[in-house]
Amino acid sequence: MLSAVAHVLGSSAPSPSWNVIHDVHQLLHYAFMRHAFTAGTIVAVIAGVVGYFVVLRQSSFAAHAMSEIGFAGASGGVAFGFSAVYGLLGMSLLGAGLIGLLGKRLRGRDAAIGSVLAFSLGLVSYFLTRYKGNASGAFSLLFGEILGISVRDVWVIAISGIVTLAVMAAVYRPLLFASLDEDVAEARGVPVRALSIGFFLIVAVAVTAAVQVVGVLLIFSLLVVPGAIAERLCRTPGRAVALCVAASLVFVWSGLSITYYTKFPVGFLITALAFASYIVVRLLEVARRPSRTTGASHGTAAAVVPALGSLAGVPQPGER
Amino acid sequence: MANARPADDVGTMSDRPLIALRDVAAGYGRVAVWDDATLDIGRGEFVAVLGPNGSGKTTLLRILLGLLRPTAGTVSILGRPPRRGNPAIGYVPQRRPVDPELRLAGTELVKLGLTGSRWGTGLPGGAARLRRRVDEAVTAVGAEAYADHPIGTLSGGELQRLALAQTIVGDPEILLLDEPLASLDVRNQVGIAHLVATLASSRGMAVMLIAHDVNPLLPVLDRVIYVARGKLTIGRPDDVITSAHLSRLYDANVEVLRDSHGRMFVVGLDDEVAHPHPPTVERPRMDPC
Repeated sequence: MLSAVAHVLGSSAPSPSWNVIHDVHQLLHYAFMRHAFTAGTIVAVIAGVVGYFVVLRQSSFAAHAMSEIGFAGASGGVAFGFSAVYGLLGMSLLGAGLIGLLGKRLRGRDAAIGSVLAFSLGLVSYFLTRYKGNASGAFSLLFGEILGISVRDVWVIAISGIVTLAVMAAVYRPLLFASLDEDVAEARGVPVRALSIGFFLIVAVAVTAAVQVVGVLLIFSLLVVPGAIAERLCRTPGRAVALCVAASLVFVWSGLSITYYTKFPVGFLITALAFASYIVVRLLEVARRPSRTTGASHGTAAAVVPALGSLAGVPQPGER
Repeated sequence: MANARPADDVGTMSDRPLIALRDVAAGYGRVAVWDDATLDIGRGEFVAVLGPNGSGKTTLLRILLGLLRPTAGTVSILGRPPRRGNPAIGYVPQRRPVDPELRLAGTELVKLGLTGSRWGTGLPGGAARLRRRVDEAVTAVGAEAYADHPIGTLSGGELQRLALAQTIVGDPEILLLDEPLASLDVRNQVGIAHLVATLASSRGMAVMLIAHDVNPLLPVLDRVIYVARGKLTIGRPDDVITSAHLSRLYDANVEVLRDSHGRMFVVGLDDEVAHPHPPTVERPRMDPC
């Protein structure tokens, strides 16, 4: 499959005509591109919806860890001769269950996740030495292989997508409540612990789908960056989720289109676009900031200033 | 005057109590926090819960919320046992630092008070009615000016008012507030105390408010619950917060001082209280970090 891609891209050297209909037609001419666009679109939607909550729940590290725990499963799957996707899904679900059990407010959570993460990468190195096939298998897991995606992979991703979106729709409001205001949500009868575990299981499914597109190492670009952008721009959660999905779609579609006409790898393009957008949003924020600080937070500033003044006026113990 | 009659009998409302405790004991595992608590709190009553750190003030609220089972005795909320998620109770936990980057509008927090415990995404049809109820709650706490601002930019007092709006939007009959005055400046402490009192009387809610300092609350309080040294006592502030009463109750040399403005200061309980209950066991899930 990959050689077919290389052949198509190398020999015919397509270039965009800037006629949208013609270009779309050209982009979708080959089956591998149609698969890539289908899978990429589904993954972008899943990652957008899940990603906003990953950022809101401050679980970026956990999401990243899950992809690497999944990587151990995938390489194990390859080493022992069953499917990499099932290994990936199985291990990331297991990792999700464990991380979910740790709870949201546990202080040592990051250290615990880090320990599991280190161990799973150790497993990877073991599995990869067992599996003495070509190293490109591991490479495609690490960086994604969307242009080599099969019809079966597209089905797996589509089913993951339906499951993810259905569950997210069902738990949307309680999950939002638990993410923003866990103590009140718990008192109001929201099952915060079950939601925490359930959410990580959904992240595991989203990770499994997203790994096919961007790989284990680049998963932040789809699972975290759109969420980070939306969190910084949107006043309502509905708009934030919509922006998240839109941003992921733009990253994936642009990445796929540009890769078709150039020799840059998709993973690089998607991450570069995501990173550039994030930088732009941060810069816009800095440009906007002065007007906001004088307005809304002057209450805190006013409280701090006299305190500092009185501190300065207090004679220091050793002075006399 | 302070010793004329048992403090328990003072100030109970005429109708059926909203909160009733009979010989209740609380603890975590085998470690007792306090025991022998008997009290009634009625409609429209404003009660402050006072006492040293780690004495079990939050434990009392957790029992009423159904998050912790009492180790002995019976508790009834509106005539029924406590249960988690009781819509009759509005709860504001101790405030935790808010992510300053969070750009969601304050009204989203208020809205969750009404919709956050319902499954699904909600239907677009209910948006106008929801908006109206949120606006009513925001107006009731006087937060119209900043309710739409990003949560991350709000001050402590502003967040506290929105947290109150979030609880009253569901029309509760009981308000449980855990240290709502902590880390506020004096002006805001008095403002929030008066706001809570106004809400309680206009809506007929019973309020239990944990506080570190009783003074901002003195003008609006009906009764106080004093928790220290494994015991819990309830009564009018003038009866409970006296040197003689507290000294006898806690078998310690407690002194209540008053300054020229009538403010009260309790001396002699804070240092003592650590001994009967080891601090490691006392605060298992009480202080969110």
